[in-house]
Amino acid sequence: MSYLHIENVNKSFQRNTKRSEDTIQALQTINLSIHNGEFVSLLGTSGCGKSTLLSMIAGLSKPSSGSISLAGNEIKEPGPDKSVVFQEPALFPWMSVKENVTFPLRQKMNKKDQENIALHYLQMVQLSQFANQYPHELSGGMQQRVAIARALAMDANLLLMDEPFGALDEQTRTVMQDELEKIWMETQKTIVFVTHSIREAVKLSDRIMIMSARPGTIISDFKVDLKRPRQQKDLALLEEEIMAILKKEIDNVMKEELQYANHR
Amino acid sequence: MPIIVKRIIFYVCLILLWQGIVMLGIWPESMVPGPLAVVNEIYAGFADMTLVYDIVGSFKHLIIGLIISLIIGTLMGVLLATVKSADETLGSMILALQSVPSIVWVPLAIIWFGFTEASIIFVVIIGGTFVMAMNMRIGIKNVSPIFLKAARTMGSKGFDLFFKIIIPASIPHAVTGVRLAWAFSWRALMAAEMLSTGPGLGYTLSYASDFNNMALVIGIIIIIGVIGSVVDQLVFQRIENKVLKRWGMEN
Ligand SMILES: Nc1ncnc2c1ncn2[C@@H]1O[C@H](COP(=O)(O)OP(=O)(O)O)[C@@H](O)[C@H]1O
Ligand SMILES: [Mg+2]
Repeated sequence: MSYLHIENVNKSFQRNTKRSEDTIQALQTINLSIHNGEFVSLLGTSGCGKSTLLSMIAGLSKPSSGSISLAGNEIKEPGPDKSVVFQEPALFPWMSVKENVTFPLRQKMNKKDQENIALHYLQMVQLSQFANQYPHELSGGMQQRVAIARALAMDANLLLMDEPFGALDEQTRTVMQDELEKIWMETQKTIVFVTHSIREAVKLSDRIMIMSARPGTIISDFKVDLKRPRQQKDLALLEEEIMAILKKEIDNVMKEELQYANHR
Repeated sequence: MPIIVKRIIFYVCLILLWQGIVMLGIWPESMVPGPLAVVNEIYAGFADMTLVYDIVGSFKHLIIGLIISLIIGTLMGVLLATVKSADETLGSMILALQSVPSIVWVPLAIIWFGFTEASIIFVVIIGGTFVMAMNMRIGIKNVSPIFLKAARTMGSKGFDLFFKIIIPASIPHAVTGVRLAWAFSWRALMAAEMLSTGPGLGYTLSYASDFNNMALVIGIIIIIGVIGSVVDQLVFQRIENKVLKRWGMEN
């Protein structure tokens, strides 16, 4: 029995409220089974519905049809069993960095424990000196690291991450990837990780769901059977394989785009 | 050139121009008094404490009225932002009321409360309430959806979500509301006081006018303008800037 089970999920958005028939199909017939403890990446070009899928798993929006269940229970709303790192930092500007990180812990433990946990994860993202600063005093990449610390502090078994390292510089990104891999190996969390970087997906994932756009579907369930920690030279081969799959997809999108342009 | 120097030069020129016009003698001093006469009146007013009592009286009316208007305005704004039917009905009325000049309420206040301080405070409350309500409403309605999403994934909902996220997130608009409420109340206060029995700046203004004391009229107009802008810049704009900066809405 799989842990996170996504069955025949469709999602469409109303584009124009005046003409109700004008809907766009963001996701079509998504089927996906993820085991407890798996690290799964969603990989695809922008606009293929990665964030939309993640938000439904988070319980923030509902599928138009189909079902998503976690440990056998239908996902109805967000909750402490799943933590989310959004594409943007989404820190609360009126709270200090530390208060942001302790926010999800408020009702669970006393102040002292909250602080210890917050400091632990802030140290992990190398921002413990900034605990008492406010978000506007931090760069975009630093803010995103605080958001990651906040999500990790929640200590949910399911961790949903939407391009979490997109705003980071190359060096920091590598450090963060290594930290995430370490945490994942230590805690056996289940991670659904959205990225558009092939290298990142290959480096971190057990499985890579390669997605195509318009409508968003999963075109390939790509298994990565490499020992960890992974070596750069081993990654290159798989990267090329995935590149080939995506290339076909990108060509299709290009063709479609040209056709559309010509028909206008 | 620093702003302060520019301003000093500007005001010195203005006063010289004013003095020049007076010295041309086109109008009698009873219509256009010179700067010195105005300064004398202000000085005399402070020396015999009448202007001090007026300012204290005005601030008393203002502070009581403003605080009440902020409380009512905040509650109204929250109501409008959270209850759709209230927004659709009461909201339209508040929008209309907001465009009614405060002085319009003065005759009504006098009929209801007579020539009392209650009358003045009533007009001040009306002056500040609606603008506060509309700003509070916008603040709550414009809370970034990403804050709500993030908070919900961290287990916040209901009252906790409202008081820990929605209210703080709407503070920048609320602060603007407070600043505008102060400005509107200050105007309303003067209108109301002009038809009252002092002490109060507005009362003394109309009193001076009745006795053809043009220098005192101008003196009080200057005092009203100075207090208005000093409070706005020293108190409210500072708070607003701090809040906007903290909330990351300005660099
Ligand atoms: N709230 C929404 N309303 C309308 N369309 C949306 C909404 N959210 C996403 N979409 C559309 O769904 C598609 C997928 O978006 P998204 O999930 O953000 O893609 P990705 O994260 O892969 O870049 C896009 O075409 C986008 O325009
Ligand atoms: Mg996205």
